[in-house]
Amino acid sequence: MAEFTLPKNSVVTEGKTFKAPADAKNVRRFEVYRWDPDSGENPRVDSYELDLDDCGPMVLDAILKIKNDIDSTLTFRRSCREGVCGSCAMNVNGKNTLACTKAIDSYPGTIKIYPLPHMAVVKDLVPDMTHFYAQYASIKPWIATQTPAPSDSERLQSKEDRAKLDGLYECVLCACCSTSCPSYWWNSERYLGPAVLLQAYRWLADSRDENTGARLDELEDPFKLYRCHTIMNCTDTCPKGLNPAKAIAETKKMLVKRQ
Amino acid sequence: MASNPNRPTSPHLQIYQLPLTGLISISHRITGVLLSVGLLFIVYILSATSSGISAYGEMQATLDHWFVTLLYWGFVFALFFHLCHGVRHLLWDTGRSFDKETLDYYAKIELGAAGALTLIALIFI
Repeated sequence: MAEFTLPKNSVVTEGKTFKAPADAKNVRRFEVYRWDPDSGENPRVDSYELDLDDCGPMVLDAILKIKNDIDSTLTFRRSCREGVCGSCAMNVNGKNTLACTKAIDSYPGTIKIYPLPHMAVVKDLVPDMTHFYAQYASIKPWIATQTPAPSDSERLQSKEDRAKLDGLYECVLCACCSTSCPSYWWNSERYLGPAVLLQAYRWLADSRDENTGARLDELEDPFKLYRCHTIMNCTDTCPKGLNPAKAIAETKKMLVKRQ
Repeated sequence: MASNPNRPTSPHLQIYQLPLTGLISISHRITGVLLSVGLLFIVYILSATSSGISAYGEMQATLDHWFVTLLYWGFVFALFFHLCHGVRHLLWDTGRSFDKETLDYYAKIELGAAGALTLIALIFI
């Protein structure tokens, strides 16, 4: 159900401020969401003033700088630092993005960093992704065939058919889009959300997959698919420039066409 | 490992910067509700019209109040705005106009068209 306010234990309070070194010339303020599962306290926002002359260019560099030099208790996920792994997805100044591919200079003034919206927080910037991954598994994200494989080759695909997967296969499942979607905020227990629906369409669009009918049967549901109301937050926020809303529309078209 | 039952929910509406299409989407819902409520007023006008001279005169006096006039034009704008975004939804249903670069462009056309239709109605009614 739609709950527009935060539950009591989730209301954010003001935290500590860590001042920049006195000789710093290029100071930028970072306000970061913190929650310590062991303290029993509510989440808070800590402020860190960084000297950008002594920091890498990306938002992830700033977070790493905080962890390495100022406050080692700051907790977040990161791995590839080049937008391929999808680990460092977070909300930066009100939009979901990958911290590693977003330049600090693309924002004026203070940078506010929160975990992905409307998720259960494990610690600081780390949300619990269990449900999201379970939803991904539910669409069976692997090729399913009826015909026997060719004996002397792989299952081949024309260049045109392969091109249909462009804009779909690049998704790194960072969950920026799903957690930007108000419909997913209010109905995530039943609505699959843009990321998983884009993945579902990735298999519908694959010429080698022979399970289209069963896949569409699974999706034809007032909640799983049709909670998409074309709000377009997903497409607006995707850090890889993909278009989940379009993939959802194409899925809806496939359902209409087969009637 | 059992998960901590006290995990907070991360902020959502409190911090999210909705894009123009997101703002229009929620406005589409809100105007839909307001238009339904506004229908009650139309029922009032119809019933006053059919209830004789005194009821008609009272209704006209009510409509002439500046605040009611403001509500009326708000209703007309809400109607055209709701209509324009409805057309956008029809376009979306055909799989068109999803490109990220054109989202704001189409959104502004919707708002402009709703404003223009309201102005046209203002001039001719």
